[in-house]
Amino acid sequence: MKWLLLPVILGFSIGTVQTNTVKVYDKFSEFESDYLLNPSSDTTYVINFWATWCAPCVKELPYFEQLRAAHKDKPFKVLLVSLDFKSKVESSVIPLIAKKEIESEVVVLADGKASEWIDLVDSTWSGAIPATLVMKNSKRYFYEKSYESYKELEEDILKSK
Amino acid sequence: MKKTILGLLCIVALGAATLSTNGYQVGDTAEDFSLMGVDDQEHSMSDYEDAKGFVVIFTCNHCPYSVAYEDRIIALHAKFGDDYPVIAINPNDPVSYPSDNFENMKARAEEKGFKFDYLFDDGQQVFPKFGATKTPHVFLLDKDLKVQYIGAIDNSTEESDVSKTYLADAIESLREGETLKVTSTKAIGCGIKVAKH
Repeated sequence: MKWLLLPVILGFSIGTVQTNTVKVYDKFSEFESDYLLNPSSDTTYVINFWATWCAPCVKELPYFEQLRAAHKDKPFKVLLVSLDFKSKVESSVIPLIAKKEIESEVVVLADGKASEWIDLVDSTWSGAIPATLVMKNSKRYFYEKSYESYKELEEDILKSK
Repeated sequence: MKKTILGLLCIVALGAATLSTNGYQVGDTAEDFSLMGVDDQEHSMSDYEDAKGFVVIFTCNHCPYSVAYEDRIIALHAKFGDDYPVIAINPNDPVSYPSDNFENMKARAEEKGFKFDYLFDDGQQVFPKFGATKTPHVFLLDKDLKVQYIGAIDNSTEESDVSKTYLADAIESLREGETLKVTSTKAIGCGIKVAKH
């Protein structure tokens, strides 16, 4: 009986470990190559820049979750890019993902030299968060704003085409 | 007048993106302001008789990026303050962020021993004129209040990784009467929270 239980416990703990990690990018170039360059032309990408310490960012996260759920059968991807400091990943980012039950993909972009990469996300971005990048049909749309409702977010997504 | 101001605030509230194009650009002349400081005195740029310019920094208490830069702002003021004083302005709505209210500004200034003026943009009339969108957000002005540099303090939030001291370099160029090599940079910051009306 003991032997039978062991793999079950092991399997369970491995599963837990996987859901409790997020990928951390130290270099913007690696993040850019994984997510921003060569997007599939049939897919809509909604990339939200946020941080756990940013109250309006945290407030709007459920709208992005709702957006993902509403498009789950379509070529549609929501990516939540946390700009938290690397030292806060374990203590703040991962607990918040669990608390808010976030199922969208989350990565941490911890490249502190933002002056060198902000323009590569969008030249109109001042650097304020929250901010959202939409990529659709090889075009990019950028929204430097916070969303007060799901409807507001949905309207901007519909507008991006 | 009240209506105009309200209208303006509504436009501002529509999106931070519009702000970036509405505020001062490098070369524009800034309008002076009169704002209450944590010393309970009103301050204007015209009060600084010996200044050769101003380091206006929109910053606040609650934002981790602002906090990460506090010691660097203190150091900049210690180095250049006689000629180019730092004027820190908190642009946030204190209802949205109670930690940014006037009492907490006083507490923070006391705790950190700020030697520069820390002013409150009460009513949020000043930051939209500058076009500040986030904290920290720097505007370097010469003595005629002409905007010489807009943007970041340096190129890394982590002090140990800094390799480009944009703001210090700009102040030094201005002091030496040289042409500024870099007049505009960007950094991640906390979006300024506008009061709901």
